[in-house]
Amino acid sequence: MTDTVVAQQTPSPEAPKPERRQSWWKSDSAEPVRRNLGLVGVLVVLVIIGIVTRPELYGDATWVRNNIFTILQQASAIGVVTVGMTFVIIGGGIDLSVGAIIAVAGVWSTTLATQSYGAGGMIFTAIVVGVAVGLINGVLISYGRLVPFIATLAMMVAARGLAAQISGKQTQVSTNSTINGIATTKILGIPLLVIILGLVVAAGWVLLNRTTFGRRTVAIGGNPEAARLAGINVKLHTVFLYALSGLCCGIAALMLTSQATSAQAAMANLYELDAIAAAIIGGTLLSGGRGTIIGALFGVLVFSTITNLFAINNLSTEVQNMVKGGIIVAAVLVQQFRYKSLSNLLGRKTS
Amino acid sequence: MTTTVPQPRSDTDSPPPGEVVLQLTDVVKTFPGVRALDGVQLEVRAGEVHCLLGQNGAGKSTLIKVLAGVHHADEGTIVWQGQPFAPANPQAAMKAGIATIYQELDLVDDLSVAENAFLGHEDRRAGFVRRGQMARRTREILARLGHEHIPPRRMVRSLPAAGKQIVSMARALSHDAKLIVMDEPSAVLAHDEVGNLFRIIRDLTSHGIAVIYISHRLEEIREIGDRVTVLKDGRTTAANLPARTTPTRELVNRMTGRSIEYVFPPRVEPRDTETLLQVENLTREGEFADATLSVRAGEIVGIAGLVGSGRSELLETIFGARRADHGTVRMNGKRITSVGAAVRAGIGMAPEERKSQALLLDEPIFKNMTLSSFARFAKGGFTAAGDERAAAEKIAASLELRPRDVTRPVRTLSGGNQQKVVVGRWLVGDGRTRLLLLDEPTRGVDVGARAELYQVIHDLAADGVGVLLVSSEVPEVLGLADRVLVMREGHLIHESPAGDIDEATVLDLVMAGSLMEGEPA
Repeated sequence: MTDTVVAQQTPSPEAPKPERRQSWWKSDSAEPVRRNLGLVGVLVVLVIIGIVTRPELYGDATWVRNNIFTILQQASAIGVVTVGMTFVIIGGGIDLSVGAIIAVAGVWSTTLATQSYGAGGMIFTAIVVGVAVGLINGVLISYGRLVPFIATLAMMVAARGLAAQISGKQTQVSTNSTINGIATTKILGIPLLVIILGLVVAAGWVLLNRTTFGRRTVAIGGNPEAARLAGINVKLHTVFLYALSGLCCGIAALMLTSQATSAQAAMANLYELDAIAAAIIGGTLLSGGRGTIIGALFGVLVFSTITNLFAINNLSTEVQNMVKGGIIVAAVLVQQFRYKSLSNLLGRKTS
Repeated sequence: MTTTVPQPRSDTDSPPPGEVVLQLTDVVKTFPGVRALDGVQLEVRAGEVHCLLGQNGAGKSTLIKVLAGVHHADEGTIVWQGQPFAPANPQAAMKAGIATIYQELDLVDDLSVAENAFLGHEDRRAGFVRRGQMARRTREILARLGHEHIPPRRMVRSLPAAGKQIVSMARALSHDAKLIVMDEPSAVLAHDEVGNLFRIIRDLTSHGIAVIYISHRLEEIREIGDRVTVLKDGRTTAANLPARTTPTRELVNRMTGRSIEYVFPPRVEPRDTETLLQVENLTREGEFADATLSVRAGEIVGIAGLVGSGRSELLETIFGARRADHGTVRMNGKRITSVGAAVRAGIGMAPEERKSQALLLDEPIFKNMTLSSFARFAKGGFTAAGDERAAAEKIAASLELRPRDVTRPVRTLSGGNQQKVVVGRWLVGDGRTRLLLLDEPTRGVDVGARAELYQVIHDLAADGVGVLLVSSEVPEVLGLADRVLVMREGHLIHESPAGDIDEATVLDLVMAGSLMEGEPA
């Protein structure tokens, strides 16, 4: 009901509005940009902490360059997964099975039988397995009417089991030099893994912001009933979203396999939590309908920079996890605060 | 207006009305943009059944919520049992002895009968609920209501609607209520259960408890009521009429009367055009049955009916959003069974609940307007935001949307302008939409925007678009439509040209044929 009052306060359409450009910074469309700058600020703070704690390392330009690539390489596989996760969450769902899908895709593509088909066979297998498992998720959710949380939770358990079954709980070493070479190849001095991450992020951005697929995703996440009544096939699109997440998992499986030159049933453990956390601190609304790919990327970078910060200071992963948890809480608190101050502002205007 | 009932009452178990327990004087309640209550007078006496009558939007629900402590009156006085009454919250109202039984019963399905009856004021000792004690007291109350057969430990979920209502009443009695407000209690009941409800009400009033009874069914008011207060546009238009003897004509007149709210553009009669929509024997079990209707190009067809009469469900089924059990929907001869097919065939719908069913509130206006057409603007899967924006700007101009800036989020718009966005969605793409289904198009829309929306609907019809409109406001249906259908309890019971029927007759048909014998329609 307060909307009425807000609209009454807006100037009549005839009135010229020369000030609009000036106030773009405060407008709603600038909101993701402001949020991303906030995350850049967090990154800067983390780097400053690094410089203060290990000044001797940061004095070495080569080390700094290599360390940046180390951070990006660590972020690469989880970043790819987060892009898929961001689509699923914007579309109003959640995918708890991403880590497990990576495990299945990883071990399936590194069985002796698959490896006998060479690098092409391994890539094909990882992608097809990822997409297929995602499709199963999507069909269960759309047409089996399972709650996404439950469906993907079940898949998380089942897919890990399948991965253990396929691998016989053994670590499967990849003997394929092409696959193993992905992690060590550099193009123009940039690691291939980082390039893959960049390509996936760019593709994800275009898909979300410039295609009908992205528009449908935002619509069904923001208001599924409105989307349905506008003639959008909500169920089919939901299936596509989980398949997309599965596709990202397949790509990530190859990247991780290449980094470790092996795959095992326990790989990508807890990736679902990292991916969800990165998407959320990147500004994706857990209830759907809003989120950005760039924000999600920054979310991933914040996490991998923290990991790196702890590594260069030789601190334990236990402390690291506690700090990660704190950052997630802090990010959500900041979001809520921002919303409250925004509505306060509107409220003041109306009264 | 006196309280005496001029005729002897046929049943003798109700005592004569006692002293005044509740007195409302000039009560005003405003919401942003709406004066929901604009000077309400109400006097309720102990032991009487006081009926509240009024059309949808007359302010009955707001009034109940003020009494229940959900809303707070802005102006006016409320005196309850000799004391000024301003409950801070529903618990305070309950404590003061005013219990409300809402139409959508506010019970917790997964708690037992006893737990529901004593919800919020459980019988406890040292923090532990005394389940045995509570069950015993619940059994006593149920016995008093004549329903000792309902086990106190039974889950409420497993009870039929009538049983749930009994539990709601048991809750009221567990608070030792002196006034029970019942909002359309008979709406959820079958015919024989209504008789039982009346027996309970008579028993309550014979113990000095006052009842405020809201119903759209005049015959019920005649049977159970003592006095009637009529509300219209948030004002009391008649107070304390005798329920039994006031002529129906007078009651209906008090409820209706021309309001400045409805300013209709002059109607251009549609030419004899081709039939667009053909609905035959459309049925959904439990919602509506055997609906047969048609809409021609350029024709406005209005369906009058109460909330819950099945009209929204009918509209959604025509649109393919609900699956029909029987019957067919054809648009230009083509069967419609899904929303996709309906949109492709040129049907558009503005659903009843704008915010939850139609809008992406955080998205800009133009993306909301192109929600059903962005794929048509797109080239090779890539959206064409510039083209979309241009198309939306054109529609915004023709609908006189305010603000005109289509990049603003829909959330910031007024109700009327949000509705224009929803209607505008189907106008994007120049004449693709041949038939518009409008469900309560002016709900929550202020007076000025209403008139503009009416003009938009007329202009569309003049352009040859067929319109099928549902509204619970009878004047709106009569003022807009060329042809009127009346829907009651899932059935289309009447059809006539809008010019051949008046508001009172429609209202009467809508409210279950309550014309008293000897009174001409």
